[in-house]
Amino acid sequence: MINFERFTLNNGLRVLVHEDPATPMAVLNVLYDVGARDEDPTKTGFAHLFEHLMFGGSVNIPSYDEPLQRVGGENNAFTTNDITNYYIQVPAVNLETAFWLESDRMLSLAFSEKSLEVQRNVVCEEFKQRYLNQPYGDVWLNLRPLAFKKHPYQWATIGKELSHIEDATLDDVKAFFTKHYNPQNAILVVAGKVKLEEVKQLAEKWFGPIPAGERYNRNLIQEPVQTEARTQTIKAKVPLNAIYKAYHIGDRKQKEFYATDLISDLLSRGDSSRLYRSLVKEQPLFSEINAYVSGDMDPGLFIVEGKLVNGVEMEQAEAAIQVELERLKNEVLQQDELTKVKNKIESTMVFSELNLLDRAMNLAYFELLGDAANYNLEREKYQSVTANQIQEQANKIFTDTNCSTLYYLSEN
Amino acid sequence: MILDRKSEPQFKAISSIKLIKPECQKLQNGIDLYFIDASEADLVRVEFIFPNVDWNAAQPLAIGATNSMLNEGTPHYTASQLADKIDFYGAFFQHEAGFDHSSVTLYSLNKHLKSTLPIIKEIITEACFPEQELSTYIQNSKQKLKVNQQKNDFLARKKFNQVLFGDNSYYGYNVQAEDYDKLTREELLAVRAKQYTAGNCIIIISGKVKAEERQLIAELFGNDDWLSDEKLVVSKPVLEPSSTLVNFVERPDALQSAIRLGKPLFNKSHPDFQAMQVLNTVFGGYFGSRLMSNIREDKGYTYGIGSAIVSLKEAGYFFVATEVGAEVCSNALTEIYKEIDILKNILIPDEELSLVRNYMLGSFLGSLENAFSHADKFKGILLYGLDYDYYENFFETVKTVTPQHLQQLANKYLADNFLEVVVGKK
Repeated sequence: MINFERFTLNNGLRVLVHEDPATPMAVLNVLYDVGARDEDPTKTGFAHLFEHLMFGGSVNIPSYDEPLQRVGGENNAFTTNDITNYYIQVPAVNLETAFWLESDRMLSLAFSEKSLEVQRNVVCEEFKQRYLNQPYGDVWLNLRPLAFKKHPYQWATIGKELSHIEDATLDDVKAFFTKHYNPQNAILVVAGKVKLEEVKQLAEKWFGPIPAGERYNRNLIQEPVQTEARTQTIKAKVPLNAIYKAYHIGDRKQKEFYATDLISDLLSRGDSSRLYRSLVKEQPLFSEINAYVSGDMDPGLFIVEGKLVNGVEMEQAEAAIQVELERLKNEVLQQDELTKVKNKIESTMVFSELNLLDRAMNLAYFELLGDAANYNLEREKYQSVTANQIQEQANKIFTDTNCSTLYYLSEN
Repeated sequence: MILDRKSEPQFKAISSIKLIKPECQKLQNGIDLYFIDASEADLVRVEFIFPNVDWNAAQPLAIGATNSMLNEGTPHYTASQLADKIDFYGAFFQHEAGFDHSSVTLYSLNKHLKSTLPIIKEIITEACFPEQELSTYIQNSKQKLKVNQQKNDFLARKKFNQVLFGDNSYYGYNVQAEDYDKLTREELLAVRAKQYTAGNCIIIISGKVKAEERQLIAELFGNDDWLSDEKLVVSKPVLEPSSTLVNFVERPDALQSAIRLGKPLFNKSHPDFQAMQVLNTVFGGYFGSRLMSNIREDKGYTYGIGSAIVSLKEAGYFFVATEVGAEVCSNALTEIYKEIDILKNILIPDEELSLVRNYMLGSFLGSLENAFSHADKFKGILLYGLDYDYYENFFETVKTVTPQHLQQLANKYLADNFLEVVVGKK
């Protein structure tokens, strides 16, 4: 349970305040309603590159990091296909510094060629470090375009290719800022040892004068229903064969999300899960195997991925995954097993609420989904899932024509 | 009034940092049970810490494998039955074998503790390492190692520890796939019997810890039934740094090269440790550090670069790590050494040092999030035989150490003869 208050500034900025007197710290979290899905298909990777540029100094403040570090604060940010999220953790006595910094870069950036050039290089190195110079690092660069033919989820946040980042210009950067970075497209959460009144006054002072800007209206091409099984094979210098199966599922807001998420837990959460027990331990066909949902704001994916034990045939491994998915479709789940995954969700949520930053980020994200108060209903929504709903979802999701399969084979 | 956006708001220095110290209860069998009761939420973390037995060169992976396989079966339950019991109650079981200690940790909601703790007792005291499970473990661990050996940063880390400590200790030994084949069930049973006993155990509970929770622990873990007759004696590791300073592992297809360089230092019981942490922070210990500012933010050679001081029970070391574009590898090395020279030759400007002081204190304050973090701070001194003076010294040093003193330390401890490892292309 996370308590919070909410108000909106005249320029449209939504502000949420979560008071926690037990900590000496404060968190200031700004979520911008823009992610890689909002990019031009010929200029991908831009939302993420832009996130880097947000640390290059703003209109009145030449350096973002230095003044924050000087008051004992830390910050970071991340970009997903849906959102861009910035956060500051600072001793609560120095909360105003966070307001000063964060509001100035919402007001206007100090765009410089040097900063763009350096961050282009940094992001290219990030691209290499995480996607190109790692065994299996390029899986998502291949799996996304296989599963999504129309929707912009077909590219990863890092971008389709290095050249899109290398070609980014200062004009692109400015246009992106104007379009997405304004109070109407943002949600501010202030949490920790703070008081509602104090936050109201600081928010009004620092964010109030920022022009409202244009509201960005998202109008993305939706992914047509997949009607044929898709496969792709990659050969690379990796030590083990691997398989990735991606099934289309609904979006994060649908009520079916909870049953779907629990299916992934039944399959692969913990040593007692079905895939681990059957395919890693009993048969052993895989050295590791996982199932998870992407949890995207537009309809996303359910992934099953595993690395095969050396010498095991791909057909045999894939058939064994199918057997487990068919079991979910054809057998009614025993109550004990359902209770087990629900208990795990319950304790996961209790443990995650220990963390102030997690609480702040969850409030921002659920506010974007529609209403931050819904965060507090999550537990109940998981608890109310029935065995029948699980079976129903399994039947809906796990069909051949709903699946894109990537075979990642060892050249060695 | 026009808002002044150019000047930063007034800020306050962090005056006091309060650490929650644990209380200690001696169990009847001699175990020290430390507890920190500081949680509103109904949850608890129970850690069982066991100093490692002597490393055995003939079975270099025995300590790690014993710890990894504790939950793979007991005389009463199979691995899958044990997993069922833990998972059913929504609990999390973690196990970790470090260089000096191995641990078993349970995260549980208070209401389920009486159901989950007996499983942990069974796992710790009766794990029997079935042959079938051992062979699965060996096969899967070898496969994971093969994947890791394709990663430059993994190879650089292993090679660096090897050149730093040599092949004759757990600290430095560079594991190869065939080492897994040396594992035997008998050896794991022997390690378990020696290491996982009441006489070699520390327990730390944190979270919501009332009399009821302590009572549960005392009943299950406080008796003589898992005392060993022999007192465990551990010898100091044999450390043999390599005399080859420059080590290069070529990977012709690499897009990036992993760099790791550094040298032996001391651990946190040394009087200069805290001041060296300040020096390290300036150099490469935070986002605004000199290494990041120069090599990432100015040159764009890398996604990230940092340095750290690592404290082990019987050793310590300083190192720099990064992955850089293969074509700029030698430039990056030049810049790293240049930054080390600057530490030795030029005083740290007051403004920079003052920023680092505040950053370090703020970051420390931010790390005290909940009861678990206070328990972690306690662990950080207990395992080195230190007390809370360590943290008092840390705060004092961060606040008062002078640029002159830091320069002396740089000249004393960061003199030449760095051990350098590059994996990729030069």
